[in-house]
Amino acid sequence: MAHQTPPSPHFDANINATIAGDTLRLSIKGHLDAPGTTHVWDPAVATIRQGGFRHAEADCSRIEYMDGAGVALLLKLREEAHHSGASFELHNLRDDYKQLVELTWDRDYPDWEDQTKDRRGLTEALGAATGEVLNGIREMIAFTGEATAIICKTIRHPSKVRWKDVLLSCLAVGVDSLFIIVLIGFLMGLIMSFQSAITLQRFGGEIFVPNMLGLVMFREMGPLVTAILLAARSGSAFAAEIGTMKINEELDALTTMGLSPMRFLVVPKLLSSLTMVPLMIIFFNFASLIGGAVVMLSMGFPLVTFTSRVFTYLSFAGFFSGMLKGLVFAVLVAGVGCLRGMQTRSGASAVGMSTTSAVVSGIVMIAFADGIFAVIYYYLGI
Amino acid sequence: MNEAQPVIKVRNLTCGYDDTVVVDDVSFDVMPGEVFIILGGSGCGKSTLLKNMIGLYEPMAGQVFFDDNELTNAQGDQRDRIIRKFGVMYQMGALFGSMSLLQNVMLPLEEFTDLPREAMTMVAKSKLAMVNLENAMYKLPAALSGGMKKRAAIARAMALDPQILFLDEPGAGLDPISSAELDELILKLSKTLGITFVIVTHELDSIYKTADRVIMLDKDVKKIVAEGDPKVLRDTSDDVFVKRFFHRMPSLKPTDTTKHPVAKQGT
Repeated sequence: MAHQTPPSPHFDANINATIAGDTLRLSIKGHLDAPGTTHVWDPAVATIRQGGFRHAEADCSRIEYMDGAGVALLLKLREEAHHSGASFELHNLRDDYKQLVELTWDRDYPDWEDQTKDRRGLTEALGAATGEVLNGIREMIAFTGEATAIICKTIRHPSKVRWKDVLLSCLAVGVDSLFIIVLIGFLMGLIMSFQSAITLQRFGGEIFVPNMLGLVMFREMGPLVTAILLAARSGSAFAAEIGTMKINEELDALTTMGLSPMRFLVVPKLLSSLTMVPLMIIFFNFASLIGGAVVMLSMGFPLVTFTSRVFTYLSFAGFFSGMLKGLVFAVLVAGVGCLRGMQTRSGASAVGMSTTSAVVSGIVMIAFADGIFAVIYYYLGI
Repeated sequence: MNEAQPVIKVRNLTCGYDDTVVVDDVSFDVMPGEVFIILGGSGCGKSTLLKNMIGLYEPMAGQVFFDDNELTNAQGDQRDRIIRKFGVMYQMGALFGSMSLLQNVMLPLEEFTDLPREAMTMVAKSKLAMVNLENAMYKLPAALSGGMKKRAAIARAMALDPQILFLDEPGAGLDPISSAELDELILKLSKTLGITFVIVTHELDSIYKTADRVIMLDKDVKKIVAEGDPKVLRDTSDDVFVKRFFHRMPSLKPTDTTKHPVAKQGT
């Protein structure tokens, strides 16, 4: 039985195998670099896998060149030989290559990492997952408690707040987001008015578009979209900033300086979100009204018709219910952004994960809170 | 020094992560004014021990006392008072990236003193001058080299004139010159101001140059395997851990060619 790989003009490595009694003799020759090894790997491994021998010997006298790929081939052949219970020996290896091979020859190569984590069953995995969820909830409750306590403290001692940080944060959260808030508000007002106008036109009811727009924007869309923008722009930024500080041990530095990261980092962000979000909502709402006005004007209604219809149908309760919602959303988004930042583990990818998680949890919490508000407002008759 | 009371007492401290014990039941004292070095190979829990000593992590068992006040269970104001006794320099400096060096050093002053603003600025400037950074004080940390960041972090740690400075791997990632400058600084501060240093490191040169006393931890034993003057330990100790560390002997498995013959000449 003989096996010969076809000689190739490009990859001048090849392996000859002959079996004599219970000994397999492999004769390796040529360049065992990456291309050469690629060429002989499959046939060589297949040969040695067939078995039927108790000793394997590789005659290496005709190896002209060898690098890491060649070493890997020899290691693989040795491993396969040992698997089938045979011994494996190298013969006539040149001294310099022998040194190269010896660097890694005498080792055990585990097939996979043997970790208890990999071997756990469904029940244990389920338990661990539940534990993680419960732990997350516990941390959230602890964070809420600490934040509330520290905000109450700052109300009693306003001088303890780092107002400069609050101001800077206000700029980042509020002022810098003005453009996107106004743009999205305008476009949403425009699109919603346009779409509903097309439908209502069939019944001759375009005149009701402003009623709809005022109610929908001030009560629902204003706070909702502003909060989602806040989550995307600022919640993520909070998480990234605090997360990076955590990785750089800056949070530890604050703690050992006797400064609470809560008071130092979280409070300014919460305060700035709380003050900026109502303003952002107002900008959003009025931009959406401008968008609606453009549609109504283009359909031939005078501006005064539009404004009077918007403001007759919009009650104070409607306006303030929207604002209150916005405040709650702001606390949720900013809080969860900071929390995710604090929970960052180590490594640069951890910051990415906290940022993602900050936005996702922020939006999920907005959706839940909005549902709860809808129920409460329904029963209150607002 | 014989009558002096230890400034830090560590008693039966066990620390680690989750359920892995890294340092098991260690006790030692740090005397006032000395340069005390915690050394050991990578992963032996030096930094973990340090972070437990400064109260960042809750130890699994044991206590840490600063001048007979227990930090481990202290709360609120009492804890703040103990924490105020020491400053910490972290491995990467941990300077606040959005503030200039001057603002970084001023921060503790702003938070804990009622000094007039001018005085605060001057104190901060002099602290920066003490670490030879007076020409970089308006720069942001990102614009500094690794050695400068560490010196700035020392300046910040000293802002409130603590009695004790903890340094986490001051020489890590520094070139030999910056590292030597840092050693000089440590010696200068220790001699002139009498500050007690607790340093975590594994740089032999720095250890010989600065240390009055060292304790050595080991990854497998999880305890203190040696204690004393580093040069004496180097020259006299018979302990295998100490020898291996001070004489830089790797513990790599020697290749035993008799067990698995790689190659035989001739067939």
